[in-house]
Amino acid sequence: MPFEVHDLAEADPSTKEYLWTLNFGPQHPATHTTLRLILTLDGETVVKAVPDIGFLHSGFEKLGEHLNFNQYVTIVDRMNYISPLANEIAWHHAVEKLLGIELTPRCRYLRTILAELMRLHDHLLNVGAAGLDLGAFTAFLYAFQQRELIYDIVEFASGQRFHTSYTRVGGLLYDVNDEWVGKVRSFVKGFGKTHDDIHKLLTRNRIFMERTKGIGVLSREQAINLSCTGPLARASGVVRDIRKDDPYLAYGDLDFRVICAQAGDCYARYLVRMEEMRESIKIIEQAVENIPSGPLNVDREGKAVLPGKSEVYRSIEGLIHHFELVMPNRGLPAPTDEVYAATESPNGELGFYIVADGTDRAYRARTRPPSFIHFAVFPHIIVGHQISDVVAILSSLNIIAAELDR
Amino acid sequence: MFDQTPLRERLGPSGYTTSQFRDNFRLHVAAERVYDCLQCLQQACGFDMLIDLSAVDYLDYPGAKDRFGVIYALLNTRSGQRVYVKTAVNEPELRLPSAVSLWKGADWMEREVYDMFGIEFTGHPDLRRILLPDEFTGFPLRKDYPLRGRGERHNFPVITRAES
Repeated sequence: MPFEVHDLAEADPSTKEYLWTLNFGPQHPATHTTLRLILTLDGETVVKAVPDIGFLHSGFEKLGEHLNFNQYVTIVDRMNYISPLANEIAWHHAVEKLLGIELTPRCRYLRTILAELMRLHDHLLNVGAAGLDLGAFTAFLYAFQQRELIYDIVEFASGQRFHTSYTRVGGLLYDVNDEWVGKVRSFVKGFGKTHDDIHKLLTRNRIFMERTKGIGVLSREQAINLSCTGPLARASGVVRDIRKDDPYLAYGDLDFRVICAQAGDCYARYLVRMEEMRESIKIIEQAVENIPSGPLNVDREGKAVLPGKSEVYRSIEGLIHHFELVMPNRGLPAPTDEVYAATESPNGELGFYIVADGTDRAYRARTRPPSFIHFAVFPHIIVGHQISDVVAILSSLNIIAAELDR
Repeated sequence: MFDQTPLRERLGPSGYTTSQFRDNFRLHVAAERVYDCLQCLQQACGFDMLIDLSAVDYLDYPGAKDRFGVIYALLNTRSGQRVYVKTAVNEPELRLPSAVSLWKGADWMEREVYDMFGIEFTGHPDLRRILLPDEFTGFPLRKDYPLRGRGERHNFPVITRAES
């Protein structure tokens, strides 16, 4: 049937029959991952948005109840696959709090460097994709070139580019060497230039500013009421950063600022992420020059980390220790209690609520996923915006569907 | 720890118990008083952010008396203090008052708990399954739900490309 202009004019505005529905996703290039939005539109203005999620649900939390504390790290990796090591560190941070394990200084520093590299990793993708979604392709390429270097560093340490599974309860899988330290140093030295380039390309870019300024405004009260954390909350003026509030790893020893903004729009979130990258570089710079020597993993008395193979094959203590950990009826000595522990992941507060029943696997491994909680914000801040702003807001929230659905 | 006077006034001296493990300070409240407790914590004690809401099925947990536990993790965004409110629900009354009227952020978290454990939240504006499809009948994070085997998924009709 041909469309007539007077059809719209005759539609009774009180019945709202002129509103139309648009399915956005699940396969849409701007959602980056698999999620679906059901948008109700008045012309080009979004009146209502109903997210429909769960396309990538794969029962991670159920698996967490059947794998032991070290095995589950391979699953945790695949939650926020933009910054996999940050998830591993968060998971083992919670496990170590449950078991009462105190990390060695060397491990704390190495994990800090890795966590901050992951923050760069995540923010680079987010800032690059924010430009990409709004039509600025170059910044995305600059960001990805730096992400490749981070992949190289991570691969050099762990043997894996993506899903590293590098952390272990009480330590790391392998120690790093001087060459790795050199790689990190040269990365830190070169990063500033790329950061400046992205800054020049986007921050005062007129199109970018017009597409992000005043878009998706999240007030401070809303941010608190909607449980926002991380860059999203800090862009709305909630001054909270777990790295400062409850210093874990080596953050207590290092000098850095918590970046905040007041505006709460997409542009403020972009600026917060850009500045956080500078702070991350500062943290890495300090940490990489001060990596303590000494053992990487907690000692054998801690009975948490598998001993080295030479020890297993050459000493009876090492062999017993190895068996104690790998035998199905032994394993890590966990208390019968429950604990919540959170870290400041690039995306926000990534916490794990672990219920332990005395065995070496969690009775319940609840994830507090920042993507899930931040995506719940979306229907509240999209209303009244144009359909093209959906893309800008989605990328500024940094929704990772694997973590969203778990 | 934080000043518990308003909470004691609201719930009475025997209205709640406390416990601590590592740095987690927990309040244990009965299911019928949990809304009062959360409201008091939000309005009188300054815990203005609901960080997390989740549930645990204590079916075969050593020493457990209740079937389900529901945990609310709260944060005071001014001071950075945290508190964990724990309550218990048992069959057949798997019902809790919804916290959405206090925190809009509770919306999806309560839907997820409903989806995975079948605990209903009375007063929730839109209590539907969130991660699983609407036709799903089980509650996968319950302990009596198997990790593997033939489940609901195998009962779904197979749609071929010709029919769709």
